Amino acid sequence: MKKIEAIVRHFKLEDIKSTLMQIGIQGMTVTEVRGFGRQKGHTEIYRGTEYSVDLIPKVKIEVVIPDSDLERVLNAIIETAYTGQVGDGKIFVSDISQAIRIRTRETDDSALR
Amino acid sequence: MQDERVSMLRSLILPVFLGLTMVWPSLSSISPAGDLGGKKYGEMTIEEKLDLVAQATLAIDDEGRVSSAGLRNDVDTLWICLAAFLVFWMQAGFACVEIGFTRAKNAANILMKNLLDFSLGSLLFWAVGFGLMFGVSRGFFGMSDFFFAGETNRDWAFLIFQTVFCATAATIVSGAVAERIEFHAYLIYSAVISLLIYPIFGSWTWGGLYHGGGWLEGLGFHDFAGSTVVHSIGGWAALAGAICLGPRLGKYRDGKIVPIPGHNIPLAGLGVFILWLGWFGFNPGSTTAVGGGGFAFIAVTTNMAAAAGAIGALAISWAWFKKPDPSFALNGVLAGLVAITAGCDVISVPLSLLTGLIAGCLVVIAAVVIDRLRIDDPVGAVSVHGVCGAWGTMAVGLFASDGGLLTTGNTHQLVIQLIGILSAFVWSFGLALLLFYAIRVTVGLRVKAETELAGLDISEHGILAYPEAFVIDTGMPLAGSTMLSGHSKRL
Repeated sequence: MKKIEAIVRHFKLEDIKSTLMQIGIQGMTVTEVRGFGRQKGHTEIYRGTEYSVDLIPKVKIEVVIPDSDLERVLNAIIETAYTGQVGDGKIFVSDISQAIRIRTRETDDSALR
Repeated sequence: MQDERVSMLRSLILPVFLGLTMVWPSLSSISPAGDLGGKKYGEMTIEEKLDLVAQATLAIDDEGRVSSAGLRNDVDTLWICLAAFLVFWMQAGFACVEIGFTRAKNAANILMKNLLDFSLGSLLFWAVGFGLMFGVSRGFFGMSDFFFAGETNRDWAFLIFQTVFCATAATIVSGAVAERIEFHAYLIYSAVISLLIYPIFGSWTWGGLYHGGGWLEGLGFHDFAGSTVVHSIGGWAALAGAICLGPRLGKYRDGKIVPIPGHNIPLAGLGVFILWLGWFGFNPGSTTAVGGGGFAFIAVTTNMAAAAGAIGALAISWAWFKKPDPSFALNGVLAGLVAITAGCDVISVPLSLLTGLIAGCLVVIAAVVIDRLRIDDPVGAVSVHGVCGAWGTMAVGLFASDGGLLTTGNTHQLVIQLIGILSAFVWSFGLALLLFYAIRVTVGLRVKAETELAGLDISEHGILAYPEAFVIDTGMPLAGSTMLSGHSKRL
């Protein structure tokens, strides 16, 4: 099993969600996050004094999927989240050792469906 | 008495007679006195004719006296009360502006300060302040009319009108001392300004409106609705409070100014609109009479100055900082309103526009300068009320249609205005500085650092104004940002 953490722009969330649902992904977790990468922050001015906003709000989508779905899901996310501008976000993939559905105690791949 | 009524009848009878001939049939059928039925107009006694005319022109009061003066007095009383209710509503405006321009973790505390300064002020002004301001005076403070007991309804109208003015002066300070003052310290300050600072200065300028009389009005000082009496007095007390308290934690770090943006700009905007509406009671209402309709002209000069103030502040902040800053545009409206308050009755419409425009520019410059002097005034109260109050008072000496330097070349009025401005500064700033210092060394003025970081809402009042996540998100000084100086050190 793999976990995909995709940190993306807010306005791409709805598109990514519907794309993933179309290709059969059954669930996801979404978190509001803040951070910075190459986009860095930007400077603003309030009552005559400049300040910089370093941590930019983004949204993090987490999905856990069977190994076989990895390429498909990654491609779907990348194509949907892409704008070509700095700040499109990043995707991290990691291994998951166990998954359990609480209600039925199903484990691993069957817990994901 | 009879002669008076007859002569009054004569002046009324011609115009009214023409009207009556047209509506005569219906009037005769509902004849007011009840004993005119069947009589022709020509057969009536002079008394009967008078009653009829009085009824037709609403110039008769409940006791049956023919008196347009009685009606006029009632209408004036109504106007004073309506204006007082509008000025009262400015408390809501101040609360919104101050809450919007500060952080979410202190919103309930600021609301409490606005609520309590009006409540305390209402009681104390009735008990003591009114007497000091309007009682019989030798020129420096009144010594009668304590625990005010009005003889007429007009007196009660005057009391409520003056009470809401006093509360306006008191509430100005809460913005400048926001986010770091102890609640009990604020209550003490609030009591003293309503009890002493505002009423005594007020007696110098406005005492003559009732039983009193003061040295400034004796000189010919003109402050129609209180640029100095209300706004500068509040503004200079606010300056003393901000200096005595010191800046909010994190405001000035490593020699740099760190902005702490307000958490709700739309709320501040709503507050400014409420204040703008309230000012239509504040200035036009200060005619305290409807006679001649002079309040309409004042409504126009007031509105012109407010609009020009917004444009002035917008233009200068846009040119200076490359962005049209909403917080300054909102301050600009208030700056224009404060400035025109002294001369709204004597400054022509084009010059009222200029008064507001200059105030709008001045408020931005003053706010930036005050900030660079390391005096932390979160909402700009000192620049809006202190500086623009002084400017507006001076504008009377420059722009007044009668006696202004630029309109008539006469410097006399300007000199008197400057004396008034200076005496307000010395009186209010001096006394407030003493007061805040005395509070600091006795019962304590400023909250502990932990209290300030956690926010005054949860630590002083045990409640949060908003859901927790929202307060924490916006509660820290500019969460997620550092000063520009920090940039180069970062990888």
